[in-house]
Amino acid sequence: MQWLNVILQGVLIGGLYAMFATGLSLIFGVMRLVNIAHGDLIVLAAYISLIATQAFGMDPLTSLLLVVPVMALIGYALQRGLLNYTLGEDLLPPLLVTFGLSIIIQNGLLELFTADSRKLQAGAIEIQTFQLAQDLWIGALPLIQFVVAVAVIAGLQLLFYRTALGRALRATSDDQAVAQLTGLDTRHIFALAMALSLAVIAVAGVFLAVRANFDPAIGPARLIFAFEAVIIGGLGSMWGTLAGGIILGVSQAIGAQIDPGWQLLAGHIVFLAILAVRPQGLFPKVSG
Amino acid sequence: MIVEHATRSSRIGVALIAIALVVLASAPYWGDRQTLRLLAEMFTFIALASLWNLLAGYAGLVSVGQQAFVGLGGYVLFALAMLLDVNPVLAIFVAGPIGALVAVPVALLIFRLRGAYFAIGTWVVAEVFRLVASQISVLGGGSGISLPASVVLAMAPSRQMRESEMYWLALLLTVVILAAIFVLLRSRHGLALTAIRDNELAAQSTGIGVWSIKFTVYVLTAFGTAMVGAFIFLQKLRISPDTAFSVNDWTAFVIFITVIGGIGRIEGPIIGTIIFFALRQSFAGLGSLYLLMMGAVAIVVMLWAPKGLWGMIVERLGWQILPLQRHLVLRKDARGKS
Repeated sequence: MQWLNVILQGVLIGGLYAMFATGLSLIFGVMRLVNIAHGDLIVLAAYISLIATQAFGMDPLTSLLLVVPVMALIGYALQRGLLNYTLGEDLLPPLLVTFGLSIIIQNGLLELFTADSRKLQAGAIEIQTFQLAQDLWIGALPLIQFVVAVAVIAGLQLLFYRTALGRALRATSDDQAVAQLTGLDTRHIFALAMALSLAVIAVAGVFLAVRANFDPAIGPARLIFAFEAVIIGGLGSMWGTLAGGIILGVSQAIGAQIDPGWQLLAGHIVFLAILAVRPQGLFPKVSG
Repeated sequence: MIVEHATRSSRIGVALIAIALVVLASAPYWGDRQTLRLLAEMFTFIALASLWNLLAGYAGLVSVGQQAFVGLGGYVLFALAMLLDVNPVLAIFVAGPIGALVAVPVALLIFRLRGAYFAIGTWVVAEVFRLVASQISVLGGGSGISLPASVVLAMAPSRQMRESEMYWLALLLTVVILAAIFVLLRSRHGLALTAIRDNELAAQSTGIGVWSIKFTVYVLTAFGTAMVGAFIFLQKLRISPDTAFSVNDWTAFVIFITVIGGIGRIEGPIIGTIIFFALRQSFAGLGSLYLLMMGAVAIVVMLWAPKGLWGMIVERLGWQILPLQRHLVLRKDARGKS
């Protein structure tokens, strides 16, 4: 029963990783951009939520109403004002510019908020639990987080395959030049994709901040979790990414159960093992 | 018709380098301890940036995980010196082959990832190394360990001699690494690498074995990086997983140096290191604001002068310090025969 509990906790945290990962794979899918600052933007969302809860006395989950649009705006502006200029045949500019961005965000947050670790207080909901079976409990907050993750991914899936915007995004992903010929403004589409990506990680950032302590330096590790979930799940598949997040979450939980020092290591080892055995991931859709 | 490398500017450049080497080699006779330390640190960054430049600028392998090999080199040195009583200077030269050996399976794994995902893959590897290092309790585990005084004293009897010895070691290491990169780039493989730098697809279509060249460059870079890493931590006398595998120190700064100086040019990292240290000496007191500024400068350079300072000079003035370019020379006596 103890192991079942461990696996269940891993699955629930996997939802959070899947949200990190969806944001990353979304922009990679649409414009082949890998955003090294992805993790730091997740942390930025957590700090924006911190400001909202402190300045307006909002509940962290309510602050999503503010954090999500703000992050989406930041994403749109970032893509339109900076990252669009880095896209092209050469890999280096987007990589190095987002790397520079990562350093700017980290040190900017350090300057504004110091290195102290913070946590968002969500009140009574944090300690609420349900009993599933004897000795098997499930926390309300992790459950909400997982349900939200699944809903976000389902929502994105609908948006991609059922709406005009989704069609535009897919068209741009398939062939940028042809999409442009049909009258799509790819600069705008790219900016919308980045806005969407940051909206998703805004949700993830707030849940992260409610769940555990955060400080300006934890971004890169989130980027790595996002990346591992994407590769485990297979490029281009959203439900695959959810599976990837869950596999990563469960591996970490099992690792932590064996020895607290092995939590992160276990996740990395499972990632490397999958890379060795099945480099296209478990549920691949596009090659890239 | 013959192919020549040298130009007038490169002949001047080589002469200047020879003079600079003599001046630098005699530094222990004219410089104080602080100067020697600063210069040695600069040499290590020139070496690290040149190696990263070879990897990213020529072979197109953008790694943000070279700290894996810096840290590995450091830990190999500590393990050899403390557990097996190996002379630390000798240990530096053992760290190289070990770094290369470890790089082989690492490359086989992460070469499955392409482009930007390769970059993050290298980072994961560095994280794995860091986490593994913090599990090794004989080497201090997560909190790190200091090199015992006996190991340091065994290097040279007096402090003065040790300082000089360390300085010369840094100079030697950097010159050897730069010379090796120079020889590699001048060789047939260098021509292939330059072709890959300019257009990978075109290079492949002319019959260059892109994968095997990239693999070789990755392993050789790990060799050099591990040696430099071993030296760095012999200089620091203390190692911990967080300093050994620091992405800021061994990757962010190195990328900044290479980008500012000029990526894909052998002179770039040298120019970049000088700028980086000049900025650091003047603004490092600003702490995180200084780092923030560095990130911004790197972005601006990447967008508006993607070839860096040296790239701009080359474009405007056609200079080269080291004779690397190939150009055809029509010789009078050979005319008609070629």
